[in-house]
Amino acid sequence: MTGPPAYRVVPCGPAALLVEVSDAPAALSLAEHLRAGLGATDVVPGARTVLVDGAGRAAVEEALRRWDPATGTDPGPLVEVPVVYDGADLADVAEVWGCTLREVVERHTSLELVSAFCGFAPGFAYLSGVPEEWAVPRRASPRPRVPAGSVALADTWSAVYPTASPGGWRLLGRTDLSLWDTRRTPPALLAPGTRVVFREVRA
Amino acid sequence: MSDVELEVLATGPLVTVQDRGRPGHAHLGVPRSGALDAAAHALAQRLVGNEPGAAGLEVLMGGLTVRLDEDRWVAVTGAEVPLWLGDRAVPTGRALRLPAGTPLTLGTPLRGARSHLAVSGGLVVDPVLGSRSTDTLSGLGPPPVRTGDRLPVGAPAGVPAAVEVPPAPPDGPLRLHPGPRADWCDGDPVDLLVRGAWTCGPDSDRVGLRLEGGDLPRARTDELASEGVLLGAVQLPPGGRPVVFLADHPTTGGYPVVAVVEPADLWRCAQLRPGDPVRFSRAW
Repeated sequence: MTGPPAYRVVPCGPAALLVEVSDAPAALSLAEHLRAGLGATDVVPGARTVLVDGAGRAAVEEALRRWDPATGTDPGPLVEVPVVYDGADLADVAEVWGCTLREVVERHTSLELVSAFCGFAPGFAYLSGVPEEWAVPRRASPRPRVPAGSVALADTWSAVYPTASPGGWRLLGRTDLSLWDTRRTPPALLAPGTRVVFREVRA
Repeated sequence: MSDVELEVLATGPLVTVQDRGRPGHAHLGVPRSGALDAAAHALAQRLVGNEPGAAGLEVLMGGLTVRLDEDRWVAVTGAEVPLWLGDRAVPTGRALRLPAGTPLTLGTPLRGARSHLAVSGGLVVDPVLGSRSTDTLSGLGPPPVRTGDRLPVGAPAGVPAAVEVPPAPPDGPLRLHPGPRADWCDGDPVDLLVRGAWTCGPDSDRVGLRLEGGDLPRARTDELASEGVLLGAVQLPPGGRPVVFLADHPTTGGYPVVAVVEPADLWRCAQLRPGDPVRFSRAW
């Protein structure tokens, strides 16, 4: 015996299943495993789950038995995101973290993050790897319009807004990188599995 | 490049280009989109001899007038809507020969909400990620159709089908399966939905059918970590007012999914108007 299984399968109607796992890296690993082997319509990782849409339960269970959560995923491509750190919420984040504005930039650029999953908007990647003690609350009221390229924090996630949209995340800065381009394959620059580092550039 | 165009002379509240959508990109945050009444879309395309993935127009509450610059087969399915070819009343649910220059007009539906117009050859606006559908949530695909638009029409590939399919009764219940987060509801959510008296809220759209008729009590008030959301999911936001997610739904969400609508029944949601009763039953 190697202990309890590292996952739990929950039905979602007749054609989909939600698989619960321990954390974001496990969800990413499982999503890549299932996408490669199942022929499902959609395999959607979340923060601690993988939604499998359009594959039979028996096939999913069989694929789950072949998944080793200890293997993790192959390191994805590394994307360096150049950032002008002049975001409107820099001071708020410094206050939450109890540090200077400069230290906020130094901490954010010191992280190597991983795109765990996308959602909210096409190409909006939830980047995991922000330490628990640096978690920041979302704004009490979202902004009606956050510009494309805004670099932001919320909870223990970092993200770059791929398109202009409403948003409640704390804005640290902005980048010129194109996060979303439907002529590119994949269209999302920060597809799940991609490693991300932020680098400070001058305005 | 196509030389034949569909000219839009008038539109109603919302007209969009729709096909079967762009499933398979949900992990990149791309909604599935596609015709809300998938059965009506499929029937209309079959009637005019198109392949099933061809694109047509989804018309909310009628009001559309179009004309073509070449004779083509057309068909209108979905809502029960008065239909005129020029000033002649014509039936929905069958292939009609639309002569070049003659306007085709959809009136206001007598029953149902969304019609689907197919043209032989299909609409061949530029596809995005394999689909020509307008995604009203993310803005992918062509913008909503406006008066004066000229939409390119492809070359006819097949012959019109001689089928005539009576529309299914639009007032059947939506069958419910238990959702993955049923325990976040205080009580059995399927039971509460089946016993409740619900109507289609006025803020319902291609993203979701927003129910009116009370709030479902939540057993937990903490935050759920974001997880994948599927078509037909019944989500329970903090306010307790349930939403049934439709084609343009977000791909992940942080609110619990307490039930799931049987996929075969989802087309009915496309035909509900604000104020219409919404009935649920158990799928098992």
